Order: sequence, then structure tokens, then C-alpha cells
Amino acid sequence: MSRALTVIRAGPGVTVQDLGRPGNLAFGLSRGGAADRLALAEGAALLGQDPGLAVLELAGAGGVFEASEEMRIALTGAPMRATLDGRRLAWHASHLLPAGAPLTIGPAEAGVYGYLSIGGGLDTPARLGSRSTHLVAGLGAPLAGGTTLPAGPDAGGPVGLQIPAEPRFEGGTIRVVASLQTHLFEAADIARFEAETFHRGMRGNRMGVRMEPEGAGFGLSQGLTILSEAIVPGDIQITGDGAPYVLLAECGTTGGYPRIGSVLPADLPRVAQAPPGAALRFRFVGLEEAVKISRVAAAEQNALASKRTALLRDPREMRDLLGYGLISGVTDGRAGEP
Amino acid sequence: MEPILKPAGFDGYLVTFGDGLSEAANRAALAFRDAVEAAGIAGVEESATSLVSTYLRFDPLRIGHGEMRVALERLLGEQDWYAAPLPSGRRLWRIPAAFGGAAGPQLAEAAEAAGIGEAAAAEMICATRLRVQTIGFAPGMPYLGVLPEAWDIPRLTDITAAVPAGGLCVAIRQLVLFPNTTPTGWRHVAQTAMRLFQPDTETPFLLRPGDEVEFCAVAPDALAAFAGDPRGGASCEALG
Repeated sequence: MSRALTVIRAGPGVTVQDLGRPGNLAFGLSRGGAADRLALAEGAALLGQDPGLAVLELAGAGGVFEASEEMRIALTGAPMRATLDGRRLAWHASHLLPAGAPLTIGPAEAGVYGYLSIGGGLDTPARLGSRSTHLVAGLGAPLAGGTTLPAGPDAGGPVGLQIPAEPRFEGGTIRVVASLQTHLFEAADIARFEAETFHRGMRGNRMGVRMEPEGAGFGLSQGLTILSEAIVPGDIQITGDGAPYVLLAECGTTGGYPRIGSVLPADLPRVAQAPPGAALRFRFVGLEEAVKISRVAAAEQNALASKRTALLRDPREMRDLLGYGLISGVTDGRAGEP
Repeated sequence: MEPILKPAGFDGYLVTFGDGLSEAANRAALAFRDAVEAAGIAGVEESATSLVSTYLRFDPLRIGHGEMRVALERLLGEQDWYAAPLPSGRRLWRIPAAFGGAAGPQLAEAAEAAGIGEAAAAEMICATRLRVQTIGFAPGMPYLGVLPEAWDIPRLTDITAAVPAGGLCVAIRQLVLFPNTTPTGWRHVAQTAMRLFQPDTETPFLLRPGDEVEFCAVAPDALAAFAGDPRGGASCEALG
């Protein structure tokens, strides 16, 4: 049998994701891809591979997974309770998954979207140039137990490494730039939008999340109608009842709701990973500052691999060093090199 | 109106050619997008048109907002985009459609709202050469226009739970054709056998922005014959 990862059991939102399908906006298909793109970069850095390789996105709940042969894995994004043969596996880290051993991943302990990356990536058939599931477009579907996913060839490399994950799993301050209708909102409403603490609504999915205001809703003066225009992930629409709705990876391509602002791509993972009830605030920045922020974020992403360190293990659990691949790459003294 | 250029979020620009839908603004948006694609401005990652605007996404870490604005302003100044010819490569589609009855359960009320009879309504739609003004909302889903003024009818506030794939629906002088079963406030007047989004074929999206469309009335049972044809019996010819 060829190299594969089998989903033994799956929570309701387990999907194959990569960086999505840019270039189809003109045909009504949004980019899609992972809700937290940073988590893909982290997984790729841990395994020393291309961040465009396909991974499993685990929305809120995990599942049980089994490898057909020994496989390198990385666990990133929302921290979840992962165990292998009853032993807890560190999150934001890489491990060796032995053939046939059940990897059990529980619900998220913080955040929303956890990611399971494998060495070589998932090699499911690409559709329109991407392996990512786009639920709204009917491209792929959440995975059910019993699904076997082919794995790509793994160039190999060290495991047993951890990475300091950017904290983004409990809301916080979100930086936004002005959008198409920002100037149409009353100055007092813009000030209130920045001053208020919002709570991530109970409902939310890969298309977007609703932010519950503490006070009155937001909106434009009556009589203003907006012609539908292109919308993109990060845009903050003010929906009919005045609550902001932040668009995520799988949003539509056009929309006619007024947009009060647009979240910086660097802060979108923080929005996607805010669990229901999490407190968030919005702060406007100018385009110049936004570019600076994005440059820093891009540089940090490029430097992720250099921040890998060896996992510290509890010696009592180190019963089988070889089985955990601790010996192979980590001890050559170069594991921390980019 | 003069075209308006404004940033759209962190990594986009929007060039708007009208504050309401018009043929000229739609033409300008289509022509300008074509020019943006042809210009090959470094850093532009994708472009699209909405009803009256051209949108483009770029990488601000590669080309600054100011520089991008200058490049777009230069392109805007090159010609009168409202009078520009439509992009080349457009096609004319003639699409069989079954009007009224079970195939178009809301034709009667749509015709009434338009102030004409059912038969006249179907005739008027079929007699109008329509343009794919934009594709959006769902993958491959065209907004077709413009219908004669009588069709300036509002969307319904009561949503129809499920219009089947290939359903032709009308409101505000436009028609939409659904790629998938969709809830909608637009009135379902006819049914086609078009399969607008086929992700696993070489042409995943049947229609392109700027294409022209004419509907030809057929009997409801005639549609069954097109079931195996992804084009739903439609003919397609290149426009000169």
C-alpha cells in the first residue's frame, strides 16, 4: 500500500486545506484555503518543507488518525490535546508518527482551528490548482471516518522540534485599514468602533465570524444603498442588524453590505482563531503603517525555521528514543539552523 | 461620471466607473480590467470586475500603494474607458430555456410586476441580447443585463427556499442563472440545463464576463434531452 494517512474518526470540521486558489475571483470563486495561514507556515517550518503543501484543518474538534508507514507530523494552530499511545504530544511541535499507531486529537483547548501537517503533505487530487476544500463552492467536503488520504513523498528531516507560536488564540487587538465605505460612517461611530470591546459571536465558520457589539450596532445613515463590489477576506461588513461581520477565507466574491474597515492579513489568523465569546478590539492604522506591519510579519514568517528548538521531554516518557525519532536529526546539532 | 480610484482594504484597489448600473459603466469596467491584465503591472496578483468597477489585488510589499496608484492613473488616462471597445475573445451564447409552469413557477407574478402578460414576458426576455455583466455570488454565476425598463421589479422579501441549478431568475432589470440549488429573492421565471460550474473539466466556468447571451424558449420536456450536455444544449460562437 502506498504512503497514506487514514482518518479513523473525525470531528465535524476536518478538511484538507492549503493556501487556496487565487485567481478565480473574476469567476465568482474566492481564494479559500486555510483559515489560519500562519499555522501552515509554522507547520512547514517545523517540517522544513513548502508551506503550500496540503494539511488537515481541524475546526474545533480533532479525530483519530493513523499512518500507513512511519510519518513525520507537525501540530500547529489552535492547541488541541494530542496523544499517541496514551502519551501526550506537545502542540506547536513536530513528532514521528509510527505506522499503525493511533494519533488521537481532542477538541481545541484554545483557539478554533488546529492543523495536522505531514512530511510531504497530503497528496489528494488538486482541483482548479489546489487541494483545499471549499465548502461553499462544493469543492470537497468535511472528511468522514474511514477516509484514506494519499501522502506525498517526504524529503525527510528532523522531528522532535518545537516552535514559539505567535499567541493568537484568545482574541485581542486587531489592526484594520479603511475600506471602501469607512468614510461614509459618522466620525463618532468610527471612534466608538475603535473604543468598544466586541465579543466573537457564537456563530461563525470558514466564511466569516460575527462580532457582537456591547452597545448599539453600527450603520450608515438611512437611504444609502451600496452597489455590490468585490469583497475579500478581512473585510468587515456591517450586516443588517448593525453587528460587524469579518470575512474569512471562504467568503463570497461580491457583497453589498457597507464595509467599515478591513483587517490586515497579518492579523486575520487572530480573528479566525478567536473562540466564541473571545474579546476583540479594532484599531485603525494607515496604509503606510500597515505595510510596515506586514513587512515585519513576512520577515517573522520567513524566520520561523530558525526559531525551532528541540522539545524538552520528560525522561520518564523517553522509553523508546528511536521510536520517537529523537535521535535522527535533532542530535546532529544543526536542528536549529534555518 | 469620472472614474474613481480608491484603495480597497490593505492589498486592493477599486476603480469605479459609475454610482449606479449602466451599460457604459459596465463596459468601462470590463475594458479597463482587460487593460490591467494586459499591462502586466508588477505586483498585481489578480483582477476582477463587478457590475461597474474593476478590482485588483496586489502585493503591497512588492509595489507600494503610491506607485500602484500612479500606474493605474496612467492607465486610466490612456483613453475614454466609457467608449472603449469591449474586450476581445467574447462569445455569444444561445441558451434553451423553458419558461413558466413548473419550469418557471414565478413567471406569472414576475410578468404581472412588469405589467405584461406571461407570454409577452417570455418573449421580451428572449428578444433581448444580454451581456454577462459580472460573475459572482457563486462560482460561475452570471449577472445578465440589461432588460427593458419594464423589468425594474424589486427582489422579493420572502426568500424562495430552493431554486434548482440552471434556474433563471429576474429582478431589477437583471437576470441571474444559478450554478447550484440556491435560496433567493429573485423570481424564478425559467429553467435551463446549463451547468455553469464544472470544477473537474478543462473549462470549469462556462461563461466569462463580457460574453453575450440570448435565451430561446423551448418546451419543458425538451430540456431533458440536454441532460448529458454540460452546455445544456446552448450554442456558443465567437463574437468578432
